[in-house]
Amino acid sequence: MFDLIKGLRTTAKYLFTKPVTISYPEVKRPVRERFRGKHELKRYADGKERCIGCSLCAAACPADAIYVEPAENNPQNPVGYGERYAAKYEINMIRCIYCGYCEDACPTNAIVLEHQYELSFYDRKAAVFTKEILLQPVDKGWGEPPPILQNLNRPPNPPAQMEL
Amino acid sequence: MLKTEELQINIGPQHPSTHGVFRLMATVDGETVVHLEPVFGYLHRNHEQLGEIWTYLQTITITDRLDYFNSMINEHGYCMTVEKLASIEVPERAEYIRVIMSELSRILNHAAAIGFWLQDMGSWGTTLMFGFRQREMIMDIFESVGGSRMMCNYMRFGGVARDLTPNLVEQINLFLEGFPQFIDDFERLMMENEILLARSRNVGVLPKELAAAYSVTGPVIRGSGIPYDIRRAEPYSIYDRFAFDIPVGSVGDVYDRFLVRMEEMRQSHRILRQAMEQLPQASGSYINQAYKAASKQQGLRLPAGEAYCRVESPKGELGYYIVSNGGNSAYRYGIRAPSLINLTALNDMCRGYTVADIVVILGSIDIVMGEVDR
Ligand code: SF4
Ligand code: SF4
Repeated sequence: MFDLIKGLRTTAKYLFTKPVTISYPEVKRPVRERFRGKHELKRYADGKERCIGCSLCAAACPADAIYVEPAENNPQNPVGYGERYAAKYEINMIRCIYCGYCEDACPTNAIVLEHQYELSFYDRKAAVFTKEILLQPVDKGWGEPPPILQNLNRPPNPPAQMEL
Repeated sequence: MLKTEELQINIGPQHPSTHGVFRLMATVDGETVVHLEPVFGYLHRNHEQLGEIWTYLQTITITDRLDYFNSMINEHGYCMTVEKLASIEVPERAEYIRVIMSELSRILNHAAAIGFWLQDMGSWGTTLMFGFRQREMIMDIFESVGGSRMMCNYMRFGGVARDLTPNLVEQINLFLEGFPQFIDDFERLMMENEILLARSRNVGVLPKELAAAYSVTGPVIRGSGIPYDIRRAEPYSIYDRFAFDIPVGSVGDVYDRFLVRMEEMRQSHRILRQAMEQLPQASGSYINQAYKAASKQQGLRLPAGEAYCRVESPKGELGYYIVSNGGNSAYRYGIRAPSLINLTALNDMCRGYTVADIVVILGSIDIVMGEVDR
């Protein structure tokens, strides 16, 4: 009996400390700067798309999660600065293992793994994120290099060299 | 004389205390275990074959998924093997960062392993969460450093992916400061507990000779009294620069393994303290810049040949074997998984004890099915 009380000493000590847990859906824990979450296709400061449809990300991806279909840019009204742009850009979020190699491989820093981590789907089809979902909306403070790139000292504008 | 009949029962594969999808076929005589046969393979993911299909760089990502508690140490071992084969130099600073991450990972693993083990013993929740609170702090460090909590994918050939910023150094130091308090509390919480002592002392004894014969490694062999640790037996990286002790048990029972893990956390803390002190003086960059620039141009092609490297993972000796024929992915890629080999001794540890003890003994080996089945 005495041993039992002795064992409870530490328990009693911790009874009055503040809990470290949070109730998740109401309170959200902010992620760290280098966190790798949902991808985002970035734009240049003038709203042009960074992606040049080179498929290097798809080649670097271990999980074969990326599908890129390039198309020629119309010189009158180009989508991006390259000769080509990604007409179709899909990432299968179920296949993706969030390794960050696509981000490393991209020569124009077009694809960046951002901080959104709440990724749940009702069916498998919904897990294939299309370009519309991935592309950074024009009115959402585009042009700002993401914090992860600022930290790395990788100025994304003009196109930086790839880092691998 | 009453005649009794032996009964065969299945524990698992879907059993909460088998640490994953793992089946135990136990032959019991009343409450006593007569024979025990582990059945595994439910989590087979073709790891070694994938390593032969993917490029060397891509394979780093799946080594994270071997023993998913210690992605950092798995990566360390794999990168070392490739570096050995390709003769890539690792700068001093990178080695320090690697050692710091590896030792943090060891603390993380042991805190969780002891927590799970105590939960198996019936102290539902409290102790597990106690260990998990500490684990959470380390995972937070991993998230800040590598970008992910468990699948860090942080190490690269020739160093690590990103440098430690002063902020991160401070975060690690902060953790190290609070750690002795945690381990003292944890130990007091456990060691004075009557139930724990009754259930773990002289249970699952693995004698010295048998442990060596089974070639078990890690806390299991050290619990049996053999001071075998790769960090001492064959110092890799920069482990020869640190002062640390290798704790050993005396009896080889479950309690000894628990004590060894506790002490190993303290020793890891000691290594971390020294490493953090020496880190500012370390020369070089976080990655071999010359190699990085070269690999950017032409990718990585290993010369034909073979290499084997081993590291001390918290579960035991983790070895990687790579055969290259000069291409950009391995010709043959093999792994010596400590969990699998430690598991082979389970039958001998459990024989003669009761069914309720099986779970406690299994928990004391500390297996991870991701590594056993690969
Ligand atoms: S994060 Fe990794 S797995 Fe996911 S799309 Fe990018 S390269 Fe592929
Ligand atoms: S995201 Fe980058 S790597 Fe991928 S196709 Fe576009 S420009 Fe190329």
